[in-house]
Amino acid sequence: MSTLVIAVVLTALVFDFTNGFHDTANAMATSIATGALRPRVAVVLAGVLNLVGAFLSVEVALTISGGLVDEARITPAVIFGGLVGAILWNLVTWLVGLPSSSSHALFGGLIGATWVFAGSGAINVSTVAGKVLLPLALSPVVAGVVALSATWIGYRIATRGDRRTTTRGFQRAQIVSASMIALAHGTNDAQKTMGVITLTLITVGLLPAHSAPPLWVVLAAGLAIAAGTATGGWRIIHTLGRRISDIESPQGFAAETASAAVILSSAHLGFALSTTQVVSGAVLGSAAGRRAGPVRWRVAGRMAAVWLLTLPAAAVVGALAAWVSARGTGGTVLVGAVLVVVSAGIYGLSRRTPVSAATVGAATVGAATVGAATVGAATVGAATVGAATVSELPAQRSPGHAPGNSAAAEHGGDPQVGQPAAAARAA
Amino acid sequence: MAVHWGSLLAVFLVSLGAAVAVVALVATALWGISARAVTADAAAPRLSRRMGAAVAAVSLTAAALVVLFGFWVIIVR
Repeated sequence: MSTLVIAVVLTALVFDFTNGFHDTANAMATSIATGALRPRVAVVLAGVLNLVGAFLSVEVALTISGGLVDEARITPAVIFGGLVGAILWNLVTWLVGLPSSSSHALFGGLIGATWVFAGSGAINVSTVAGKVLLPLALSPVVAGVVALSATWIGYRIATRGDRRTTTRGFQRAQIVSASMIALAHGTNDAQKTMGVITLTLITVGLLPAHSAPPLWVVLAAGLAIAAGTATGGWRIIHTLGRRISDIESPQGFAAETASAAVILSSAHLGFALSTTQVVSGAVLGSAAGRRAGPVRWRVAGRMAAVWLLTLPAAAVVGALAAWVSARGTGGTVLVGAVLVVVSAGIYGLSRRTPVSAATVGAATVGAATVGAATVGAATVGAATVGAATVSELPAQRSPGHAPGNSAAAEHGGDPQVGQPAAAARAA
Repeated sequence: MAVHWGSLLAVFLVSLGAAVAVVALVATALWGISARAVTADAAAPRLSRRMGAAVAAVSLTAAALVVLFGFWVIIVR
């Protein structure tokens, strides 16, 4: 195995790690927001289940390694360029706290790199459109409709029971449904990295065309995404759990159940979905399914804009990186160095504001810091307790009322405002 | 462009059926468990304790079976 192949495999695992912490929110944001799970417990549980999920299926990996691009016309340097584009986009969107699609980033990076190196003819447009783009576009809508229906029926039945019992019951049920998502995330997303590593091994002749990923690839990809998930991407958890809508436990359960059903059934059929988009669509659907539940469409609109940007942005960076790294060893080293420096810079930016309960409680949280450095485990946990304490079913609350929402309205509608107060209440 | 419309439709229908069934069953189970609660702020007539326990047990078992069947389809088949 050449040095370049080893570098590509390692870079793919780095991407897998970023995919994990970028997407922790998919599985655990709503459970943390409703108080079903404590933040640290949630991310560790998600990490373990990601690892288990990686062993459930290889259908998505086969889609990526055997049909997305013509493996005979690309080299490991091209795949390296694509991965660099995907990693950088993941890091940028994590910094600003937006749940963009790691899958879009990966596919965009690979497509851009392949295009610039081997031309558009090396891209299997039919497979890309039929098995990747169309499901990616439809999946948030499907998840939204499913979650809306499930939320509506869940509330219709739950309001017949005792409020305290149903709220607690749904919180406990959320532990199961969130675990299902973590499992589904491991199944769906770890397979993408497996597919990329397998594709690399095929391009250098270490594996025959259309091979399934070897066991060591499955294990390595599972471990990388599990480690990333257990690290916890607190910014995106905050956005998904608190800023789209104030999620109550029946909604969280419905959104998670809908997401798990969509992701697992799609993965079984080989569709490479974006778990981020599925979960975001389900959260929006569940918010709309609760009549008294406010949906912050401005935040949702920003997320949608990032979704549209993800694929082309990653494609441009991937193309540039592939063009440079294809010049030779010097080019590959240069691209690797740029990746390390930019990643370190992004991490440094994220550490400008210390993440601790004291800092979060004292900080002025407003529009300027939306999605930026003030979101950490402490914030999420504090917001969680606030949400859990005042969580009610719609029959017992006035329309439009939501925890933390009044304070947000007083400060220009930004939902982050007022959370220090929630933290103080929690304390 | 080869679009697998049949598979996409299958994903939608299976997801809708599974998610709605599981959420409805869990909600029904919680309604049944509510019969044990002391407070009586429920919007609908309450079940007897015994009937509530039976409804909860049947609903939770059915929800678990739906989930297990899904895993069986994914892993075994």
